[in-house]
Amino acid sequence: MVGALITVPIVAAAASPLLAYRSIAYIAAGFAGVVALGLVFAQPLLMSGALPGLSAYRARRLHRYTGVGLVAAVVVHVGGLWLTSAPDVIDALTFTSPTPFSPWGVVAMWAVFASALLVALRRRLALRPKVWRAMHVLFAVVIVTGGVVHSLLIEGTMETWSKAALCAAVVVAALVALRRIVARNG
Amino acid sequence: MNSLPLDRRNLLAASGALLVTGFPAIIRPASADGLAPTPTMRGGANNYIKGAPIVERIGNGGFWMSGTVRRAGDGAPLEGIRIQIWAHTTEGSESDRHSHGATLTDAKGVFRLEMPQIVPAFGQAHGHLAYDSGKFDTVFLRPLMASSKDKSLEAHFVLKPV
Repeated sequence: MVGALITVPIVAAAASPLLAYRSIAYIAAGFAGVVALGLVFAQPLLMSGALPGLSAYRARRLHRYTGVGLVAAVVVHVGGLWLTSAPDVIDALTFTSPTPFSPWGVVAMWAVFASALLVALRRRLALRPKVWRAMHVLFAVVIVTGGVVHSLLIEGTMETWSKAALCAAVVVAALVALRRIVARNG
Repeated sequence: MNSLPLDRRNLLAASGALLVTGFPAIIRPASADGLAPTPTMRGGANNYIKGAPIVERIGNGGFWMSGTVRRAGDGAPLEGIRIQIWAHTTEGSESDRHSHGATLTDAKGVFRLEMPQIVPAFGQAHGHLAYDSGKFDTVFLRPLMASSKDKSLEAHFVLKPV
């Protein structure tokens, strides 16, 4: 079920007629976006213990690898779009884009980077665990909200229904994880 | 010395008069001069290439871009105005030189250019148009298609003389 929610959108996007009219960089950028959304779905599942047969230790390690993968996917997404049309990416990054979905994506991107930095600098920052976790969860909420709205508003290679299903799954997974974190840590 | 007595009644009357007559002219300068010029749209100039040639049609055609060009103020149709058109289509991306072409308006200020089917790019099905010939202020437009299956798209210019 979890696998299908992630793989079906990728397979459906691979069948998009729009791909025929796109360069390699643009195609890679699009798929990196689809993969990123799938990884955003996996992240809360890994940390809420929702996946059976996975020890807490292994789940946490996978969560970290998936986070690295998410950063890479976002970099490929934005980099590929830059190669396709730099002025459109500059508009998005400076919040002057005519497209309503751009600011959602850009804010989510910064939240992904901020979240990754928070993880990388965990020891050096020496924040109280409760504060660190609250910040990480806050970034996660921004990533989920921004990412979901960003992808729903876009008319691109993603097929409408598989995109809607994955977006709904992302939101549900995030809410379940949020509830468990609050229940566990107050 | 003949000074105007500035009492409460005069002040109120003066403010009222200003509100009635003065402010609308400040807020809506266009209403005084007639038809307002079309502003450049956000992102309109993206992937613009200066000096695209005037062509019979762009690529193999199948899609129509059309519109009108009028003069700001009196709204008179403008003839012989060069409008440049480009988009991401079934035959190439916005930045490809062969995706660009230009056409001229007729005596009624109407332009019409056949081009390949526009497909959604950067999340929206849209076209780009430019007026950049110098006699009027430069304007870049980025109209959206109501549906990406549409076979035509319109954009209208109201140009302000330089």
